[in-house]
Amino acid sequence: MSDLEKFRAETRAWLEENCPPSMRTPMPEEETCWGGRNPVYKNPDSKVWMDRMGARGWTVPAWPKEYGGGGLDKAHNQVLQQELGRLRARPPLSSFGIWMLGPALLEFASEEQKRHYLPQIARGEIRWCQGYSEPGAGSDLAGLQTKAEDMGDHYLVNGSKIWTSYGNYADWIFCLVRTDPKAPKHQGISFLLFDMASPGVSTKPIKLISGASVFAQTFFDNVKVPKDQLVGTLNAGWTIAKALLQHERNMIGGMGGANMPGSSGLRSPSVAAKRYAGEIKGKIANPAMRLEVAKHNMNSRAFGLTGQRMADEMKAGAPPGPASSMFKYYGTEQNKRKYELLLQAMGTSALGWEGKPFEEHELSITREWLRSKGNSIEGGTSEVQLNIIAKNVLRLPD
Amino acid sequence: MALLVLNEDQVQLKDSARDFIQNKAPIAAFRKLRDSNDKDGFDRNLWKEMADLGWAGIIIPEEFGGFGFGYTGLGVVLEETGRTLAASPLISTALIGATAVLLGGSAAQKKEILPAIAAGGWLMALAHEEGPHHAPYAIATKAKADGGGFILSGKKTFVLDGHVADQLIVVARTSGKSGAREGLTLFLVDSKTPGVKITRTLMADSRNAANVKFTNVKLASNTMLGAIDQGADILDPVLDRARIGLAAEMLGSVREEFERTVEYLKTRQQFGVLIGTFQALKHRAAEMFCEIELSISVLLDGLIAIDENRKDVPQMASLVKARLNDTYFLVSNEALQMHGGIGMTDEFDMGLFMKRARVAIASFGDSSFHRERYATLEGY
Ligand SMILES: Cc1cc2nc3c(=O)[nH]c(=O)nc-3n(C[C@H](O)[C@H](O)[C@H](O)COP(=O)(O)OP(=O)(O)OC[C@H]3O[C@@H](n4cnc5c(N)ncnc54)[C@H](O)[C@@H]3O)c2cc1C
Repeated sequence: MSDLEKFRAETRAWLEENCPPSMRTPMPEEETCWGGRNPVYKNPDSKVWMDRMGARGWTVPAWPKEYGGGGLDKAHNQVLQQELGRLRARPPLSSFGIWMLGPALLEFASEEQKRHYLPQIARGEIRWCQGYSEPGAGSDLAGLQTKAEDMGDHYLVNGSKIWTSYGNYADWIFCLVRTDPKAPKHQGISFLLFDMASPGVSTKPIKLISGASVFAQTFFDNVKVPKDQLVGTLNAGWTIAKALLQHERNMIGGMGGANMPGSSGLRSPSVAAKRYAGEIKGKIANPAMRLEVAKHNMNSRAFGLTGQRMADEMKAGAPPGPASSMFKYYGTEQNKRKYELLLQAMGTSALGWEGKPFEEHELSITREWLRSKGNSIEGGTSEVQLNIIAKNVLRLPD
Repeated sequence: MALLVLNEDQVQLKDSARDFIQNKAPIAAFRKLRDSNDKDGFDRNLWKEMADLGWAGIIIPEEFGGFGFGYTGLGVVLEETGRTLAASPLISTALIGATAVLLGGSAAQKKEILPAIAAGGWLMALAHEEGPHHAPYAIATKAKADGGGFILSGKKTFVLDGHVADQLIVVARTSGKSGAREGLTLFLVDSKTPGVKITRTLMADSRNAANVKFTNVKLASNTMLGAIDQGADILDPVLDRARIGLAAEMLGSVREEFERTVEYLKTRQQFGVLIGTFQALKHRAAEMFCEIELSISVLLDGLIAIDENRKDVPQMASLVKARLNDTYFLVSNEALQMHGGIGMTDEFDMGLFMKRARVAIASFGDSSFHRERYATLEGY
């Protein structure tokens, strides 16, 4: 038996034994496992599953073992993903630490910082939030004003962040701060990590149009941050900030593909159109709607293949292209179009707000539709992504 | 599962195809054919050279004298021809003719025809369409059994390379009504057979097409390609390969037009600045970039699907053709607009791409045809 086959057999046996049955069912949004110091587990199996996977490093299979990862190369990781897919296993842990901060730390942090922060992320012990945007600095992120002053043995942070996703639930924040107010705006920014429980940190939840309040305004009032919590070089935080944004954009953009779990079943436009708008001999009854659904699905498939091609090009040794902006732009616009199409297919059944006679998934689609509008704003707006493509890919003049 | 990237051999083929095409068949050569009203509409010497490079038999296995490079190989060559709008029988003969014989031919037919195609000797043309829209089964042309053979009567239109073809692959009805998938039969008809009348039609894109009329054409039974009444089993996969192959040519044209347009945005000045500084144009250029990236991905997967004999070739063919239709439509319109007045002049090349775009879009199915077909294939 080859090494890979052996690994597959062992993995399969281990997963069969250790993945709780309820973790093999579709995951309702509210059962997403975010980990952290004060976790809420609607389903106790979520914690069992996270802990078991975390102990093996399989919440972050590709990270090195010394940082809490699984140490798997691409081929082994692919086997693991296939085996997880075979069980339809839920993601054991969702986290900004895994998607955004971890990859940036792997690239830019000191050895000591990596050994300290990465294993906590891998095991789901610390929940992170992102302190980038400010009331006066959104698309023009480098215009941020939150400042950190050097007080000798610590930095003193003052200012405020806004749209901090899960700011009121998070344990720690990765935060962009101005450390040199006199330098040109991109050259006076640093990348700081600190505890949200530090004295002087407060948050105020903000309600979204979807009714949920998953983000907050975050205030810093004379927050003391130990100096060893600066990542990279002082005043060189912009490079880290940008690298992290690429990871974020790939993650957000991934929603537009054909193979996303959210695109199957009742969230598939073709299924919804048949069920809510009628079918004749197996075809969506309204021919105009049918063609729109086809067009949408064809674009999703094309987008999914593009993600695959980019990954394969990297496997074949090409450097990671400036593709994350295209990915973010197209993927989020496509995800928004999907929800508009679902609304069109479902009519008033997708316009309920709460209670009967609506089914749970119908109410949830109403909220998801509203939430999807934020996809082309968060992580840099669609217009900003187009600017980046024009500048960095097409090299059009400023 | 194959990786969605070209392998080394394919990259090499692509590079050498680009060199060859840029040198031997630049747009200027295509212009010359057009302006001189060339009676063939393509350059026979160029075709000979292409055949010497192995391109005429690029999908034909080596045992039949071919190059054995598969559809992905043909695809990368076609993409390069799209960059200069090079006119050649690659699509009619190397792609469609060879595919039809590979998929439908008897052992004897393969032995006779494939080496002749690979050597650049025989030119082929698919005589299929009968109306202004792609409609695979709307066939009224009749082949009536007669003694041991058949008598063929009917009219075909938009036959690519019909006026230069040595052999026509004719889709005829041997039973059933026009529109039915059942009852079609394919025949190999020598274009010099008595009763075959071929009239060249001049199209907007200055490429080659013809109308063909058959009046009581006598055919021997061994002219049949595949089984009687089961012609659609060959025709469908032939059309799918034609769709994907033509889309490869379209992608080459799209990339060329787009690159030229981006270049223009970096050189043309108005209001004292380069027009590429205007955000209204930047964003439209960036959107085209995204559509092109998606086009590259689907095309490559489509070509690989054929080479791997995947079950979803029909879906891929519709996905690929619809996407390249839409992208070529977008880019040909935007390219012309972003060039301003000069884009409207015959001397400038944007118009040539514009005209080719519309003919290519109409060939083997426009986007509404393929969206409808995709929905059906996917079960909705
Ligand atoms: C759901 C959600 C979650 C978020 N989570 C977080 C988080 O966790 N942490 C965090 O730090 N931030 C977060 N954000 C903030 C997000 O990154 C910003 O909202 C975003 O960068 C846009 O900034 P802004 O809201 O100030 O809009 P503005 O920058 O004011 O933009 C307003 C409009 O102007 C356009 N515009 C601006 N500049 C240009 C330009 N140069 N060219 C063309 N058009 C332009 C924009 O595209 C937009 O349409 C989140 C946002 C949302 C919606």
